Amino acid sequence: MSKQTIIVVGNGMVGYKFCEKLVSKTSAFNIIVFGEEPRRAYDRVHLSEYFAGKSADDLSMSTTAWYTDNDIQLHLDDPIQEINRTDKTIHSLKGVTLGYDYLVLATGSSAFVPDIPGIEKEGVFVYRTIEDLELIKAYAVNAKNGAVMGGGLLGLEAAKALIDLGIKETHVIEFAPRLMPRQIDAAGSAMLQSKLSELGLSLHLNKSTACIAGDHKIEALQFNDDTLLAVDMLVISAGIRPRDELAKLAGLQVGTRGGIMVNQRMQTSDDAIFAIGECALYDNMIYGLVAPGYEMADVVVAQLLGADKGFHGFDMSTKLKLIGVDVASFGDAFMAEPACRTIVFEDTHKGVYKRINISNDGKLLLGGILIGDADAYNMLLQTVNNKIALPPNPEDMILGLRGGEQSEGAGVMSLPDDALICSCEAVTKGNICGVVNDGATDLDTVKKCTKAGTGCGGCVPMVKDLIVGAMKANGQYLKNVICEHFDYSRQELYDLVKINKLKNYDLVLDHFGKGDGCETCKPLVASILSSLWNDLIVKQDTIQDSNDRYLANIQKGGTYSVVPRIPGGEITPEKLIVIGQVALKYGLYTKITGGQRIDLFGAHVSDLPLIWEELIDAGFESGHAYGKALRTVKSCVGSTWCRFGLHDSVSFAIEIEERYKGLRSPHKLKGGVSGCIRECAEAQSKDFGVIATEKGWNLYICGNGGSKPQHAQLLAADIDSKTLIKYLDRFLMFYIKTADPLTRTATWLNKMEGGMAYLKNVVINDSLGIADQLEEEMQLLVDSFHCEWKEVVNNPDLRKRFTHFVNAPGEKDPSVKFEGMREQVKAVW
Amino acid sequence: METLIDIQWVLACYADDVPENGGVCMKHGDEQIAIYNFSRRGEWYATQNLCPHKQQMSLSRGMIGSAGEACEPKVACPFHKKTFSLLSGECLSGDDYKIKTYPVKVADGRVYVGVAQA
Repeated sequence: MSKQTIIVVGNGMVGYKFCEKLVSKTSAFNIIVFGEEPRRAYDRVHLSEYFAGKSADDLSMSTTAWYTDNDIQLHLDDPIQEINRTDKTIHSLKGVTLGYDYLVLATGSSAFVPDIPGIEKEGVFVYRTIEDLELIKAYAVNAKNGAVMGGGLLGLEAAKALIDLGIKETHVIEFAPRLMPRQIDAAGSAMLQSKLSELGLSLHLNKSTACIAGDHKIEALQFNDDTLLAVDMLVISAGIRPRDELAKLAGLQVGTRGGIMVNQRMQTSDDAIFAIGECALYDNMIYGLVAPGYEMADVVVAQLLGADKGFHGFDMSTKLKLIGVDVASFGDAFMAEPACRTIVFEDTHKGVYKRINISNDGKLLLGGILIGDADAYNMLLQTVNNKIALPPNPEDMILGLRGGEQSEGAGVMSLPDDALICSCEAVTKGNICGVVNDGATDLDTVKKCTKAGTGCGGCVPMVKDLIVGAMKANGQYLKNVICEHFDYSRQELYDLVKINKLKNYDLVLDHFGKGDGCETCKPLVASILSSLWNDLIVKQDTIQDSNDRYLANIQKGGTYSVVPRIPGGEITPEKLIVIGQVALKYGLYTKITGGQRIDLFGAHVSDLPLIWEELIDAGFESGHAYGKALRTVKSCVGSTWCRFGLHDSVSFAIEIEERYKGLRSPHKLKGGVSGCIRECAEAQSKDFGVIATEKGWNLYICGNGGSKPQHAQLLAADIDSKTLIKYLDRFLMFYIKTADPLTRTATWLNKMEGGMAYLKNVVINDSLGIADQLEEEMQLLVDSFHCEWKEVVNNPDLRKRFTHFVNAPGEKDPSVKFEGMREQVKAVW
Repeated sequence: METLIDIQWVLACYADDVPENGGVCMKHGDEQIAIYNFSRRGEWYATQNLCPHKQQMSLSRGMIGSAGEACEPKVACPFHKKTFSLLSGECLSGDDYKIKTYPVKVADGRVYVGVAQA
């Protein structure tokens, strides 16, 4: 018997998900997909990220290969024009006629465009597809100010897009007296409004637009209250309209305000035709979120497989980040006294508003709203959905515990087994704990077994907590081991390698590990070996992270960036000229780094040895920007030029950088030297920072910038240069020997028992009696320094490794492409 | 039903062109194929060079290793550390990707990759 044919009309997120769910369950159907847009289904939820630098490919939900691999016929750029229900055939715009056994309408929605005079003028856009975005992007180049019509969720997303496009003055026009009227209450809106105004958005509420003024293109918005707002462009985001025109034409029942009517099985008025996603009208409601659309897709798949599953409405709770502000609403967000009691927390200083609605007897949480801080969202939503009894002081749920003991049973483990943790993929707590009980102990395995966290990813923190909770409940001991191949912590392995004088990875694995290693333990052992023996890392190139293997930083598109060392940020004009010449010769993009060096981007792997040969000839050395190693010691100009400078900070920075250059460590290391307390070198944000005083130097340690900035703390004050180097030797070596992998000095200190007082005792008072040993070990590393690039350039066998094609050494990767940007190049991606 | 496809063995390189426990990339027409010398196990593998996650031509520069009790041989993409089985091509990091694998044979110090007969 030949396969039954399913035709899917629409290739959006829900249409794609339907195919994915169907092929994962059965290959019994012949699947054909028609999409109106020229590209494959993409992530519309994160559409605004297109302006923030994501490409259409980044947003794509699948690959062309996915469709061929699963035998799905995909017709892009070819909308269906007509359904013939009697013959069970469809006709497409390009003239394709095909028969179907089942038809799935996933036509989605379009932007609702109000009938305002002048709406057809140039410079008025909708915000729905990548094509819309491209039009907006092109027009925005010449626009100084712009407005968005609609202060709902999508409107604010569109406003964010305009800001990202560099529109100086962005306005939001809302007909209602407040923002996001469908999701949050008046007080929440007020908080959001003040937060967004602070961020530079001009909000106009209670405004209805009378007409769009301008000659042939938009010049201003004319409001009903006779005011005028001059704008260069307008994006309309006043709601969505279900795409039901095809269904209507085919005589299917549609709602009076649009939408294809469906029953619990997602069947339309024709049994053989289903409708899912934003085009479907279930129980008089259009579900404009992606999770219910996925659920509808699941229901149709179940019908096709003969299973009994229905759609029974969907929780419309939502959490999102709008222009950097958390906004969430869950359960029944709007109910008010006397139907319930509400607890409200408002902090206008920080811009935080939280409201929870609890039952009159104080036992259950019914719903709520969070603005400015939505960390508690997942747990609150679970509490509503699972009817979990509230703690005696329900305000703790939004305020956190304020002193006192943590109550037992709090947290994810108190949820019932059927609590829905991942709503995108419908995974419950029971599913997750089940796979952990069956032996899964890490997020990747749990994701693979359950699909939890593979959709929007919002539930990942809860999934992680559940894994840990379930393991603890089973009495499993959580040890900080490196990976499945080594049952040791980094510090334990460091000592074992040292005592046994092991010098290569395979020996370490044979002695202390099992299996064949992986991408976690290989670079970790490589780092330990370098810290202990300082051998040339390219001798064991295949255990290094890619950056260390090719002694350069891999970038988008597969090219590398090159950073020569410029100690202390001091460079001669001659050397600057060489860098410029090399960049010109090899077509590299150049940029000054935060560490006072010059980064050259876009080098083909085969050009790396040639580039370095020229740089080394001019006296440069590797900058180790690719390694977990000492990067730079930043300096201010110091007493040689600066009228405030107390000491020569540049000379001292160069001395320190030369001493520790190439030093391999658990994570990157950065330093700074300032010539006076004005601190122009920002030394207190470095792993080690030195600041000149009247009497000598102050040494600060364990600071960093990055995602969790932390100031360095004072280790010793008014010391001389020699003492400072001695302390630095001890401090750095102690860190290298004892820190966990990929742990910066700040985190290492934060985790250290006894903290700074203990560390001071070790480094200054030698409380462990290891100071001499630490200094000796450091001296060994300093004495064995070599420039890795010099070794490669002078070694034909090592140079040979720097090719893209083993069977065509001269040829470059043809998939690498560049385009122009501000008179330089960037990778096309 | 299994379909038998005629395999054509294409000479890729000399065995010592491929670093121990590492990979290289081979050009075959418009295709890029990653070849891995799993010398710790005395095994050879080949897969597509393209990582399906972010469409980067990068797998030949990835680290190889093993996963699980059964020591499934795998490669980790250097970009975002997605890992793939060298036997089945399945993604082992919980995503729905699958990469193409090719048979490899080594004779007289030469490495050959089996590609479908054109």
